[in-house]
Amino acid sequence: MQLIFEKSRKGRRAFRIPAVDVPVKAKLPSKYCRSNDALLAEVSELDLVRHFTNLSRLNFSVDTNFYPLGSCTMKYNPKFTEQIAGLEGFRELHPLFAQLDATVPYTQGALEVLFCAEQVLCEITGMTAFTTQPLAGAHGELTGAMIIAAYHRHKGNTPKYVIVPDSSHGTNPASAAIAGYEVMVIPTDKDGYMDMEAYKSKLGPESAAVMLTCPDTLGIFNPRIKEIADLAHKAGVLMYYDGANLNAVLGKVRPGDLGFDIVHLNLHKTFATPHGGGGPGAGPVGVTARLSEFLPVPRVIKKRDNTFALEYKFPHSIGPVAPFYGNFGVILKALAYIMLLGKTGLIEVSEIAVLNANYCLARLKDFYQVAYNKNRCMHECILSAVEQAKNGVRALDIAKYLIDKGFHPPTIYFPLIVKEALMIEPTETESKETLDSFIAVMIEIAKMSKTHPELVVNAPLCSPVKRLDETKAARELNLRWRPPLEKDG
Amino acid sequence: MSFIPHTEQEINEMLETIGASSIDELFKDIGPQMRPKSFHIPEGRSELEVDRYFKVMSQKNRPGLVNFIGAGFYEHYIPAVVDALASRSEFYTAYTPYQSECAQGWLQAMYEYQTSICELTGLDVSNASLYDGGTALCEAVMMAIRITGRNKVIVDCGVNHTYRTMLYAYTKNLAIEFVETPVVQGLSCRKDIYKLLDDRTAAVILQNPNFFGAVDDHSDIVDKTHSCGAVAIGSVYPISLGILKTPAEMGIDIATGEGQSLGLPLSFGGPYLGFMAVRKEYTRQMPGRIVGATVDKDGKPGYVLTLQAREQHIRREKATSNICSNEALCALRALMYLCALGKEGLRELALLNFHKSEFAKTCLDTIPGVVVKRSSPTFNEFTVMLPHDAEKVFEKMAAKGFACGFPLGRAYKGMENYLLVAVTEKRTKDEVMAFAKALEEAVCS
Repeated sequence: MQLIFEKSRKGRRAFRIPAVDVPVKAKLPSKYCRSNDALLAEVSELDLVRHFTNLSRLNFSVDTNFYPLGSCTMKYNPKFTEQIAGLEGFRELHPLFAQLDATVPYTQGALEVLFCAEQVLCEITGMTAFTTQPLAGAHGELTGAMIIAAYHRHKGNTPKYVIVPDSSHGTNPASAAIAGYEVMVIPTDKDGYMDMEAYKSKLGPESAAVMLTCPDTLGIFNPRIKEIADLAHKAGVLMYYDGANLNAVLGKVRPGDLGFDIVHLNLHKTFATPHGGGGPGAGPVGVTARLSEFLPVPRVIKKRDNTFALEYKFPHSIGPVAPFYGNFGVILKALAYIMLLGKTGLIEVSEIAVLNANYCLARLKDFYQVAYNKNRCMHECILSAVEQAKNGVRALDIAKYLIDKGFHPPTIYFPLIVKEALMIEPTETESKETLDSFIAVMIEIAKMSKTHPELVVNAPLCSPVKRLDETKAARELNLRWRPPLEKDG
Repeated sequence: MSFIPHTEQEINEMLETIGASSIDELFKDIGPQMRPKSFHIPEGRSELEVDRYFKVMSQKNRPGLVNFIGAGFYEHYIPAVVDALASRSEFYTAYTPYQSECAQGWLQAMYEYQTSICELTGLDVSNASLYDGGTALCEAVMMAIRITGRNKVIVDCGVNHTYRTMLYAYTKNLAIEFVETPVVQGLSCRKDIYKLLDDRTAAVILQNPNFFGAVDDHSDIVDKTHSCGAVAIGSVYPISLGILKTPAEMGIDIATGEGQSLGLPLSFGGPYLGFMAVRKEYTRQMPGRIVGATVDKDGKPGYVLTLQAREQHIRREKATSNICSNEALCALRALMYLCALGKEGLRELALLNFHKSEFAKTCLDTIPGVVVKRSSPTFNEFTVMLPHDAEKVFEKMAAKGFACGFPLGRAYKGMENYLLVAVTEKRTKDEVMAFAKALEEAVCS
């Protein structure tokens, strides 16, 4: 499709700026002014509408396609919650109002929403205190890692490492690094669990924390998780819970009860706020009582008179990690979702999410190698296309063939420790019919990889573009449009 | 209501296929001793009931104040077309476009966004968004440290105090030395910056317009920064770039900023949009997603996420940043906003903001005891000195229906009597005059 800039015509307008209604006297000296206008697109409103409407139609999305992108929890996003975030009293509210004494009374509803969100997340996770500041999951991890660092500094400890299993998300080690830590990687044993001997050998004063996803990125719940936590605590090491997979265990287990000290949640995963093509998300962080003094400021407090206020007086706080109180619009949607579902609804979410994943596993295990446990998984199942790859059909090819059939591909090549990984997370909002049609195509691919592998390898054929040349993109960087050079004779 | 489509019969059929007698059996790895000690969540409510709850909450906020607060976060009008288009669920219910063939809409939009940010800033390369203006600045500093291999950073106090506080918190565990330089007569203090610049300096951070709304030309500082081998970082207000000298024209290496003013509601602090644009040679040091143009196997143009080897999912602890989810939907809104305004519209809007705020200055100037600071030109925000404590005046003004500005004593010691006043296109001439009248009463009473 043509770029909006290629559709641009000099002088065309989509929006009229009001006329200047005040006397014009002063002029900005030219040395402070730009010499040329920014070459923004000049289009009519219809040009604009048609352009973006047509662009939108080139995407797969949850509202249009099954989207079993593992680790991302692409569940249905209820429309109602959009309406809540759009309420004028929230949408138009300047965040600084909450910081100015005279206007605090004007933000009581917003502060109460934040307070309620923190309370309900505490109960869901079994933690004592929450901050809503972190703006995404990885930002929550960084906040958590900063809390870990602040805690050890306060105790006079000088650990150097953060422990992560080799199946962890890339954001875990990357976040730990920004908090000043080196990363110690623990291998996965043959059953898909963190290798206990290797783990034990790394515990000690050199280690600050263990960052775990639970159930882990292999879709497995480690039955020895409490033992792992106990061993960490005995060694003075903190336990960090990456909440990416919380959708598997709502009401079934709480990180706080298992012995985790710090938790981050991805509201855009578990609590159904839209992923927005890559964000905005929200990554609130919860901690146990002994770590609450390190949470970012300001914190929302409920006063004796039942009003709400921001409190900055936490001398050990790591400071602010966001300009204000987090992605408020996202927090609103998540809270609305939690209120709609309630206790029973939340528990049902995990039950059906796990049922759906196990159903996919049960029906596909005879056609694909299963990374670890062949019989059970939690909310996602991790298959491996190693058998298909022998015939030249790799995980990437399977992904592309699925696009032709109208399914968004699963996450591929992650976890890194699984060869030709296909990470399928169906989520609870998908019906049996949808799963059945997806499974049918997956089985068809497995069969075709033996008989007509070239048909899979050539996919996609029906998408707006065929396979794109990523090497060319990286070698001959073209990261922006430029106007064609004027012909100057 | 949990948005689950399964009938009881289907659940049973599925369990049978799995070979489990019940759903509970699927959770048997979670032993009894691991089960929740409590799970006291109220039961679900109907949409109508939840709607009522949030309406009550939102009305508790209803300020009805005529707003003159900016301080880095501005109330601008959002064209209706932005909301209409950004609510296409083919955009907002998708995720990061890892699979490019089924995400060309998103990828092309991000390529267009990157182009628009490059045009705004004059710089060569933009990424596809960061969380907000503050974290974007933190990322810029970490880039500068990597580029120079040095660790001293000079920070102009004209940089938004919220961002400075975030920056120090963010980098507390890294060995970075920050030195702040004062604002003198509203502008960056050249003398102090030059004194501090040395061969250990990784970066100088500037902001234009600065927190006091003052417009500067930082070209001289940038030259000196470069001659020391350091990186010049500029935090900018995108609407002002409709008329102001671009970061590129000043020689800035890394421009960052808060994109909220580009079609995003204030929404009590988020979601917002961090943008970043850099000179070409620093492309590979950038954090976050970057979209590149390429061709498919038939030679047809298309777009992909590129330079992914910088990123956490590949490079892990050695990545240029830990960012994964960004603010794509906010970036899309910014693109739509910029396309709606267009080349002429953005300049007109910037001028309108400038003229309105100049008009407000002339109105406030006539108030006895109120002094509009005029030591340097400003864009749409300016500093006034009041005869007494700005917080007290603020309170009186709030009672009269005005959020009269940001009391500068909250961010700068010794500025208790100063108020930072923002005037955007949202404020009418009548509102500005009524504001001046109310302020006169408030300071004289």
